[in-house]
Amino acid sequence: MRKLLEGSRAVAEAVRLCEPQVIAAYPITPQTHIIEHLAQFVADAELHAEFINAESEFGAISIVQGAVAAGSRAFTASASQGLLLMTEVLFNIAGMRLPVVMVCANRAVSAPINIFCDHQDSMSVRDAGWIQLYVETNQEAMDSIVQAYYIAEHCELPVMLCMDGFLLTHTFEPVELLDQDTVKSYLPTFTFNRMLSPDQPHTLGAGSEPENYLEYRYAQHQAMDKSATIVTAAGDKFAAAFGRSYGLLDCYFSQDVETVFVTLGSAMGVVRDVVDTLRAQGESVGAVRLRCFRPFPAEALLAKLEKSCRVIVLEKAFSCGASGIVATELRAALQLAGVSLLVHGYICGLGGRDLTCKVVENIYQQSLAGPIAQRHGFAGINVTSSEGGG
Amino acid sequence: MDRRDRFRHNILTSGHSACSGCGEAMASRMVTDLIGPDAIYIGATGCLQVFSSHNQRSAWQAPWMHSVFSNAAAVAAGVEASLQARGKKIPVVVQAGDGGTFDIGLQCLSGMIERGHNVLFVCYDNEAYMNTGVQRSGSTPHAVRTSTSPPGRVSEGKHHVKKDLISIIAAHHMPYAATATVAYFPDLKAKVEKALSIDGPKFLQILSPCPLGWNHDAALSVQVSRLAVETGLFPLVELEHGEVSRVMRLSTQKPVEDYLKLQGRFLHLFNDKQGKTQIRHIQALADTRIRRYGLLDADTNWTSASASIVQRGGRGTYLPVVPAGMSDHNAKAQG
Repeated sequence: MRKLLEGSRAVAEAVRLCEPQVIAAYPITPQTHIIEHLAQFVADAELHAEFINAESEFGAISIVQGAVAAGSRAFTASASQGLLLMTEVLFNIAGMRLPVVMVCANRAVSAPINIFCDHQDSMSVRDAGWIQLYVETNQEAMDSIVQAYYIAEHCELPVMLCMDGFLLTHTFEPVELLDQDTVKSYLPTFTFNRMLSPDQPHTLGAGSEPENYLEYRYAQHQAMDKSATIVTAAGDKFAAAFGRSYGLLDCYFSQDVETVFVTLGSAMGVVRDVVDTLRAQGESVGAVRLRCFRPFPAEALLAKLEKSCRVIVLEKAFSCGASGIVATELRAALQLAGVSLLVHGYICGLGGRDLTCKVVENIYQQSLAGPIAQRHGFAGINVTSSEGGG
Repeated sequence: MDRRDRFRHNILTSGHSACSGCGEAMASRMVTDLIGPDAIYIGATGCLQVFSSHNQRSAWQAPWMHSVFSNAAAVAAGVEASLQARGKKIPVVVQAGDGGTFDIGLQCLSGMIERGHNVLFVCYDNEAYMNTGVQRSGSTPHAVRTSTSPPGRVSEGKHHVKKDLISIIAAHHMPYAATATVAYFPDLKAKVEKALSIDGPKFLQILSPCPLGWNHDAALSVQVSRLAVETGLFPLVELEHGEVSRVMRLSTQKPVEDYLKLQGRFLHLFNDKQGKTQIRHIQALADTRIRRYGLLDADTNWTSASASIVQRGGRGTYLPVVPAGMSDHNAKAQG
């Protein structure tokens, strides 16, 4: 059944079907609609869960951590400052290998305070040890919630589903609803073999020392590396059950083209339009969307890019004082693979700035003219100096 | 193992690395053995977590989890919610130090209580950040020497009065909040049992001497904590739904010097005139608590307004402490 749904509602519907036993959250724009919908489901007994209004995002993620450690499927969502307030616990959850699922409704970080979309919040916690999926549409957000639980519970790693604040969370799109029985057969009942239980007492969160901390971190890294196959398998299995397929990457005419755009999230919609326009003009252009950013799918990405002449990365986050994050990681991956390919890095759409077709087309023209002077350009920037560009 | 014999549970079993005379280890052993193995224990970062779960070796014979410093109450709330969702009745117990309770953990604790989770929060109060090397906390009493409130040419130690946490907790419409200490085991036992009988949040603040941080003989932990009670500095009280419901009364009051002189953290007060002023101040704090909780029949001369006068900051001298009604400040405060 197709229905016109707000992105937040699509997520909430999917969460409901996954039947979490504990939901904890704290309001923050643009995430709040998700938990409001869930609160209503609980109030209407459409979802039998403990709904806990935490005293902060830090409390919310900690409550979810406790719930999962005690053996329950759980859910929380946040954004921006709220996600940053969770940071300490995000690392802890990952180190403890707890299969927590959360949504980040991507939003800029303060100062200056700004409620609109970019990826600086979730990108700031990219090293926390969470699998990160970035979705393009409300349909994908809904479908990926179910996959996120599948992935988390199969890898014993937490999954952060990143969806663009406002651009998805507050936007209505037609969404094919999921069927409860199919979700049930896709997603087995959650069992956690290290759960806190007097029947079989476990100690979770003990200390470590210089002689073994490295090994714990290495094991975590290996699990993260391996999780790429689970992300792929979750997508394949989802395709078999629901008819829509997902993987590490989402490619659009990326085979054997001269120029490939690489981007994340809903920006892919604009990029698809630009690719269509340019291809109609005879240009050899395609695009790849990084659906999975952690683990970084270097191999899959290289396979798509190695035959092209140039790559244009459009990303909504950057490491202040260094460069665009995706562009940097891509350059490193190319260099390690011995592939010589020019990567044009562009920071765009920060703080909700519109990423229009015109901006992307300008970037394309600029890339044909040669590499930009800096390591990265700031797309559409309005400054009097000649810095930036794009 | 005879499960009826509570002191055979050994929930916190031997082999851990607590210091000799550790009041927190003593208190935790008492509390966890009273509660038993059919419970889930959540630890905040701190001495207890470090000495009991060091380097992937665990001293816990019951399910135990440690996340980070400040979130133990929230993690416990999540565990409790999970149990609730699955219809399971298992006690959930938080064990935290005073840092993880009075200071960095207070927000999560307040939220947990406000939402009415069925969790017992136990604070082992040793009145400073002992795990990191004896730094001052919100629980550190007035005039104490710690590594971040050192006495010096213009300072007599900590410049602020110990936070009245039990009142803050009680103000949450709290079903049950009580203070206890390792020196009075039957009292502690009764309070743990009472707490466990209540469905909802409950709180125990257990004074737990730290021979290292308090700088006293490791053999004197029990005596020192008994003197804290006998001087009136640490009243043993129970509060139910915000009201004082029971106190342990004193037959006589011991002077605070009896308590202070056993501990290196107060010894600088015995060196000079300024220190003597501070001892009078500490006596005033003890007298105020005795009056407040009605621990003695005889009245005391002090009011909380006079007892709690301290000068903020890390330099300067203290305002002189005078009996109630004798200064302009008190006249105004009482007027």
